Amino acid sequence: MTTALTPSSPSVSARASAGPWRTAARVLVRHRGAMVSLAVLALVTVACLLAPVYADDVAHTDPFTSNVAGTVMLDGRQVDIMQPNDNPLHLGLSPIGPTWRMAAYPLGADSQGRDVAARLLYGGRNSLLIAFSAAALCIMVAACVGIVAGYAGGVVDAVLSRMMDIMWAVPVYLFAISLSIVTVSQGLRIGPFTVASDNLLIPICIIALVYVPYAARPVRGRVMTLRRSEFVTAARGLGVPGHRIVLRDILPNVTGTLVVLAPLMTALALMAESALSFLSIGVQAPAASWGTIIQDGEGLIYTRPMVAVAPGLAIIVVVLALNILGDGMRDALDVRDGDRGRG
Amino acid sequence: MAMAILRRLGQTLFVLVGISVLVFLVFFATPGADPTARIAGRNASPQTVARVRVEYGFDRPLPVQYIRMMEKLFVTRDLTSYVNRGEKVVPEVFQAAPVTVSLVTGAAVIWVLASVAMGTLAAALRGGWVDRGLMMLGLVGISIPVFWLGQVANLLTQSRYHDSWLFSWVPGLGYVPFMQDPLGWFRALVIPWFTLAVLFIGIYSRVLRADLVAVRGEDFMRTARAKGLSPARVLLFHGLRTSMITFVSLFGLDFAQLVGGGALLTEVVFGLQGVGRLTYQALGNLDLPLIMATVMYSAVFVVIANAVVDMLYLLLDPRVRDGRA
Repeated sequence: MTTALTPSSPSVSARASAGPWRTAARVLVRHRGAMVSLAVLALVTVACLLAPVYADDVAHTDPFTSNVAGTVMLDGRQVDIMQPNDNPLHLGLSPIGPTWRMAAYPLGADSQGRDVAARLLYGGRNSLLIAFSAAALCIMVAACVGIVAGYAGGVVDAVLSRMMDIMWAVPVYLFAISLSIVTVSQGLRIGPFTVASDNLLIPICIIALVYVPYAARPVRGRVMTLRRSEFVTAARGLGVPGHRIVLRDILPNVTGTLVVLAPLMTALALMAESALSFLSIGVQAPAASWGTIIQDGEGLIYTRPMVAVAPGLAIIVVVLALNILGDGMRDALDVRDGDRGRG
Repeated sequence: MAMAILRRLGQTLFVLVGISVLVFLVFFATPGADPTARIAGRNASPQTVARVRVEYGFDRPLPVQYIRMMEKLFVTRDLTSYVNRGEKVVPEVFQAAPVTVSLVTGAAVIWVLASVAMGTLAAALRGGWVDRGLMMLGLVGISIPVFWLGQVANLLTQSRYHDSWLFSWVPGLGYVPFMQDPLGWFRALVIPWFTLAVLFIGIYSRVLRADLVAVRGEDFMRTARAKGLSPARVLLFHGLRTSMITFVSLFGLDFAQLVGGGALLTEVVFGLQGVGRLTYQALGNLDLPLIMATVMYSAVFVVIANAVVDMLYLLLDPRVRDGRA
């Protein structure tokens, strides 16, 4: 702190010239939790991207076809994947439990004899893809809405804000469920474009849409303060056209808010995706997501709990990492928004 | 004051109309298939389809369809489910409501008590390991999907440790009406209450802690400290009381959203036949009238509840009440 008072020293002037992003990055790097979270997220993403490698070259299974009659080599013995229950009469069959061996059903099989570990990795691809894309799309739309509403003010702001109010009043999950149920049966047809009902674009767009009001609100608030700021007034006084002010003066100053929103929106999107998939109106079978695997595991929860427990732990780890990262980024960029974590 | 209330009422009315239009558009104007087929359900006979078309006015323009739909939902309340053998939908929703209210109320008591305790403790011990630990715990709570937590709770209390002294009192899944057996009602709901509360304990304790820390710098807090009041008294009677304003308005929103269907996942996992589970079953057989009714009624409930909370807020906050802010 004391060095800030002596701008003549060369190291201080070098630090002063570092932009806000550089400064924020420096703070973030020193945030241990955020760095650990980033590493965890990278690790999970890479693992999920390697899903085909695991399924084809390590486990030699197809995680999308039923394998009820299959067998697996364990300690040199052929073991049935569907095994008789250990009740006195050996009634009914249960899938094989966790073997904890990389190549042979490490997390066991689901009720269709499919390798849970392979499905977990493939499911992670879908879950992460949907979460990241939905968050990106949502933030882009919210940025447009927030900037237009905040900068234009007046009637435009009133109309957009009322629309956001209305969307916000419908409970988020019910809104997403309604949109999913009308698209899940027959898909979507907009003019010449047809989107099949099992297309991942559908959950992505739905999740992005329902969270737009949530993300647009802080953006609009920030833009409204910026609009009254001196440099915007100065730009307007110089006769700079409105679109230029928005792009050159407003947008760079809103970016901090948007960047801080990104991990939090991704976390919310991942939770929403898993909930929709759990209700079987998100990712459609035979494709997997962490939510659908939990749904598959529901019937096996007392006999083979690992089927549902493993994807749940994956969700918790990723969402927790995203939340910690979000906290770290908010501290680093020093953006305050009053009402997070609602819905 | 009166003006403020009137303005709020007008706004509420506007949002109510807006919401009904939005829900209507989602169900009947989403590009794709014919809404008639959606209402009539899977494998409906041509006669049923024809009847649905006339009944809902699908052969007429959209505004007429909208009016007809609102009439069926709120005036005549004779919206019928074609999938479910002509069951009247609206009474079904109202029958399920007490279950949802029981679930959400109990959870709310738990999350308010727990989060006030956690938030205040963390703020009092700001910066220490207790603070960091509690806030980390809150973050973990926020990150757990509630349907997964419910399944794990079931696994532990219904199966793995059901025979131990710890969970032998837990009854099988399902709801017991309070009037029929108060103790049974309580025992059936304890585990769902805690499961539902976890997320909100996380959110509220973090919000409260941040608020309490922020309020420390206010003038009245400095005055209270300068008067020589004990730190505990300053925190509890001066700080907490102020922070409660944010807390209460947040609570009103979340409580309403949960009663209005937000508790769906918890109800599904614990087999509680509330409004949410009703919606879930309707999802299974694409029973659109039922889903639409639950969504519409929940949205209306949420809007009205928010308006009530806002008006209470107007009455409670002296700055707003006397028109000073």
